[in-house]
Amino acid sequence: MAKFRLYLKQTITYQLILMFLRHVREFFETFGSIAYQLVQVLKYIFSFQINFKQVMEQSSRFAVDSLPITLSIVSMTAIILSMQVAPEMVKQGGKDYIGLLVALTMVREIGVIMSGFAIISMIGSAQASELATMRVTEQIDAMEVLKVSPFKYLFLPRVLAGVIMMPFVVIISSTVGILAGGLTAMTAGKDVTWLCYTTSVWQGLYIRDINIMLLKSACFGGAISLISSSCGYSAEGGAKGVGIATTKAVVWSFVAIVIIDCIFAVAFYF
Amino acid sequence: MTIKVENLTKEFDGRKVLDNISFNVEEGEILSIVGFSGSGKSTILKILCGLLKADSGNIDISDGDVAMVFQYSALFDSLNVFDNISFALQERKEFKNKYTQDELKEIVAKSLRTVGLSGIEDKFPHELSGGMQKRVSLARAIVTKPKFILYDEPTAGLDPIASTVIEDYILRLRDETKATSIIVTHQMSTIQRCSDRVIMLYDGNIVYRGTPSDLLKQNTPYTKQFVSASMDGPMKITASGF
Repeated sequence: MAKFRLYLKQTITYQLILMFLRHVREFFETFGSIAYQLVQVLKYIFSFQINFKQVMEQSSRFAVDSLPITLSIVSMTAIILSMQVAPEMVKQGGKDYIGLLVALTMVREIGVIMSGFAIISMIGSAQASELATMRVTEQIDAMEVLKVSPFKYLFLPRVLAGVIMMPFVVIISSTVGILAGGLTAMTAGKDVTWLCYTTSVWQGLYIRDINIMLLKSACFGGAISLISSSCGYSAEGGAKGVGIATTKAVVWSFVAIVIIDCIFAVAFYF
Repeated sequence: MTIKVENLTKEFDGRKVLDNISFNVEEGEILSIVGFSGSGKSTILKILCGLLKADSGNIDISDGDVAMVFQYSALFDSLNVFDNISFALQERKEFKNKYTQDELKEIVAKSLRTVGLSGIEDKFPHELSGGMQKRVSLARAIVTKPKFILYDEPTAGLDPIASTVIEDYILRLRDETKATSIIVTHQMSTIQRCSDRVIMLYDGNIVYRGTPSDLLKQNTPYTKQFVSASMDGPMKITASGF
């Protein structure tokens, strides 16, 4: 029996199952710690223990620093979309619907999700590596010994900054995206005029869509900041630990915003 | 203002780092905890200041604030020296809004003067030398007037002169604040100059208790090996340290 057990432990199947179980455990550990940290942050928000100076500083980093890259990515996506569909729609006689298509795609999906991806790569990764470095250099330990809660001082301003600033970033980038799409449509599609494009934008776009976009982007912003901070906070080891935490933050944030996007799509458009 | 530790036990991944450790530190006393790397010295400090939880045992730290000076200073690198030192006074619930900006400036200046540094409030940690960072870390520790100060290898990575300066300040802080202190260190000079008593850890157990001068005189195999920094003796190298 002992020999059989030893043989079993050496098989690839056993190793794969073990690896899978380790990943499942890690998933639930990470999920649990993110949930716990969210509760801590909410506790400080509802007891109104907010460091406004920190919130302002993080908001400035979140929105201002990320705006150029977010604008570039969303505008480029809108331009590509418009370039692909405008000639085809003109051919099919649907030139009056190009603006509607671009605007709906931007507001309902692409503007938010592409901004989310840009924010993750620029802000989320920076937040994760900053907190991970603080963890491995014992700065977070020092904060705890000084009896200042890292959830209050580090997490709360970042999460609030994400929730407040992400809608602004998405509004600006989506607007610029729709305008860029219009300019492209005029160039790529025959007979498409600016008036025709802007009229069709307002034909299919409702206030409800914009409200949902704002709510979704606030959720994205909060989720990105919370997950990134959490992954950084749980970092272990030295430089390698910082790298692992940053990668984990980016991967988890990507997955989280796609899941949130899916939930919004089912809840409001299905 | 005493520290009493009874039957402290802590395991990491099935390995007992601390095995029923008991000791006490009297008011105003400086106790040095020595031992080779991985013997659980820093774990004791982390348990005492609340960063780690013990698996079992009792810790009695009579009413008072605990401050810790970290091995690599652990200054907040995004804050300048002023904000680093006044951090607890600005952010801690019981101190928040207690002091005006001018009062904070005065408190920080006084703390800096205590550790022999003045006029560096606007500098950031990366602009300071290792010894200066350590002294700022000392100033940050004493700003809340703690009753207990824990030092985790306070002279690690410093040149002999900077080490002597830090040792002088540890003694000066004890005299000025009357704080009860624990120093975790490898350095014989720190043990000899600063401590009133010494305990030596090996394999999760205390293998020596006594005064610094007795540490040199004692002829037990553990003390002999530690003092002579020899590979020959009862303390063996393992994969996880000594």
